[in-house]
Amino acid sequence: MDSAAPRSTSALLLLLLLLLLLRAERTRGAELTFELPDSAKQCFHEDVEQGVKFSLDYQVITGGHYDVDCYVEDPLGNTIYRETKKQYDSFTHRAEVKGVYQFCFSNEFSTFSHKTIYFDFQVGDEPPILPDMGNRVTALTQMESACVTIHEALKTVIDSQTHYRLREAQDRARAEDLNNRVSYWSIGETVALFVVSFSQVLLLKSFFTEKRPVSRAVHS
Amino acid sequence: MAGVGARGRLVMGWPVLLLLALCAAGARGLYFHIGETEKRCFIEEIPDETMVIGNYRTQMWDKQKEVFLPSTPGLGMHVEVKDPEGKVVLSRQYGSEGRFTFTSHTPGEHQICLHSNSTRMALFAGGRLRVHLDIQVGEHANNYPEIAAKDKLTELQLRARQLLDQVEQIQKEQDYQRYREERFRLTSESTNQRVLWWSIAQTVILILTGIWQMRHLKSFFEAKKLV
Repeated sequence: MDSAAPRSTSALLLLLLLLLLLRAERTRGAELTFELPDSAKQCFHEDVEQGVKFSLDYQVITGGHYDVDCYVEDPLGNTIYRETKKQYDSFTHRAEVKGVYQFCFSNEFSTFSHKTIYFDFQVGDEPPILPDMGNRVTALTQMESACVTIHEALKTVIDSQTHYRLREAQDRARAEDLNNRVSYWSIGETVALFVVSFSQVLLLKSFFTEKRPVSRAVHS
Repeated sequence: MAGVGARGRLVMGWPVLLLLALCAAGARGLYFHIGETEKRCFIEEIPDETMVIGNYRTQMWDKQKEVFLPSTPGLGMHVEVKDPEGKVVLSRQYGSEGRFTFTSHTPGEHQICLHSNSTRMALFAGGRLRVHLDIQVGEHANNYPEIAAKDKLTELQLRARQLLDQVEQIQKEQDYQRYREERFRLTSESTNQRVLWWSIAQTVILILTGIWQMRHLKSFFEAKKLV
């Protein structure tokens, strides 16, 4: 009884340790779209293990001149990436230090346009589909490797669909903005036209209605 | 489970608990800081009939210890989800740790807003709250080990299921793309029409105003006996 107890607990410990290790290497990724108000900065933080590769993709979807400042800092406070007024960019880095990495988007240079920003932050490689597949001893069969290839290809398709969707959203926002602006400017111009023509007539009439000598009236 | 003998349980129990605690206490991923009454909104542009699962965890800043507490009961977050037309799909209060799910019925931009409603923050936190957030959309929201266990699938069958889900996601996105392109085309055609009609209208108004000006001034000068 006593010998069975340590064996089952050691198996449990091993399983938990394996789970912990898998969690460490797990893809933690976030794909978010948020609105950045004018003169504001928003930061996001992520815990990264040493030696793990992470990538940051970002794109400005709507707002102003479609540009944003972005910088990435490592846990020691060094800036490992900094760009100003970029419309979209992609940045990958292998973490040398374990800790919390911070990436920030800044719209501080803009006074009135708030921006919608999309970012995709991926850490590590994709985990196996089943948790206990990580320690397989046999090679993949042809079927399995074909499935893996198709999966990777479909991931690329989904990624390119996302980028296309973002570009289309940007163009559509611009087209809708243009549509509204045509209306406002047309109404504004019509009003200005009426105001100018009435005031022209009134002004001319005022030149001639003063009780002035005929010579001055003729002169003006 | 930690051992049959009582002594075995005492000796072997704590490393298990420690490992369990380590597993549980790991950060759930991306986090950001939020102020007390601040509302943080995220936009998800998704096709219809797509499931979105969001997980969040909050930590409060402890002013005395100058560190974020691991978990604080009593903190609440209000989650509000709006569909593309602005109608509220989900509006619920969750605890300091929560999970929200919704399925989109119309394609478009859904807005997920989070804000804290806790009054304790003003007293203890100095106005800072750390929010760990994880939003999974569509086929990323599927939990494959769970599906394998529930439907008793082999590894290959599970892979096939994953590929089918991915292809379905791609199909939905393409349908949504078609709908978006139609909207874009309608907007462009509307702009085209507006430019045409407003240009004609403004030219007509300009001519009419010019004619009115001339006639009015002519009658005015005739009355003044200058013409």
